Amino acid sequence: MESIQYAVILLGAVFCAYRAIVAKRILSATIYLACISALTSAIIFLLGAEQVAVMELSVGAGLVTVLLVYALSVVGDDAMDPASVIPKPLAFALVGLTTVLLGWMVFPAVPASFVRGSMSLAISLWQSRVLDVWIQIVLIFSGVMGVLGLLSEKAPGRSQEIHQ
Amino acid sequence: MIVTPFNVILFGVVALLGVGFYGLLITRNLIKVVMVLQILIKGVVLALVLAGAVGGNPGLGQSTAATVIVADTIVAVVGLALAVQVRRRFGTLDVPKISTLRG
Repeated sequence: MESIQYAVILLGAVFCAYRAIVAKRILSATIYLACISALTSAIIFLLGAEQVAVMELSVGAGLVTVLLVYALSVVGDDAMDPASVIPKPLAFALVGLTTVLLGWMVFPAVPASFVRGSMSLAISLWQSRVLDVWIQIVLIFSGVMGVLGLLSEKAPGRSQEIHQ
Repeated sequence: MIVTPFNVILFGVVALLGVGFYGLLITRNLIKVVMVLQILIKGVVLALVLAGAVGGNPGLGQSTAATVIVADTIVAVVGLALAVQVRRRFGTLDVPKISTLRG
């Protein structure tokens, strides 16, 4: 029963991922991406990682979607994906081969029951992985700089004027 | 093969990664490339949480997944900022057209 539950959610996520990739309109792809994020966070929640699930849902389905929609509104006419340079059958064959090899490597790892809860995320993060916290702070700072770059309306630089 | 929740989720992770790789190969729009990277990283986050839960140390898997989520968001923000600036400078988001490399 539990397996069926996971399978249904994951099938939905993979379907949304495929639709996001083949969609011509990038706005539709953005909505599919938000759906993938929501379904992934559902799986993470079922695995017992509630805090990570909330983080994934709020950031993946919320913040990133808003940023994507804003970027699409800025670029306007370019919100369509042109046809692929690589022939699709070739790309499909390459990825199929890679996926089969990946599956072949990971699937012998059969066992196990899940361990839920126990050592909390906070203890692990603040006691064992302090370096990760510092890295996250630096990353968030660079994210703020990135948002400033996204929002800036600066005129083209001098180098471009010279080229023109 | 025995159908356990572990195997089902592992299969889902491999499928998400496969779809993401396919997207990376066929996508030409710069904003969509950022989206495809997001799909790939969702698979990785799922794999990290699964590895923590199965390996007996869920806290470690979850904290690593949290770090990856933060990094993933910053990649999206910086990538989108670059895409917007590239669009302003080159007038297009088509990756082959904005490449200035010759040969």
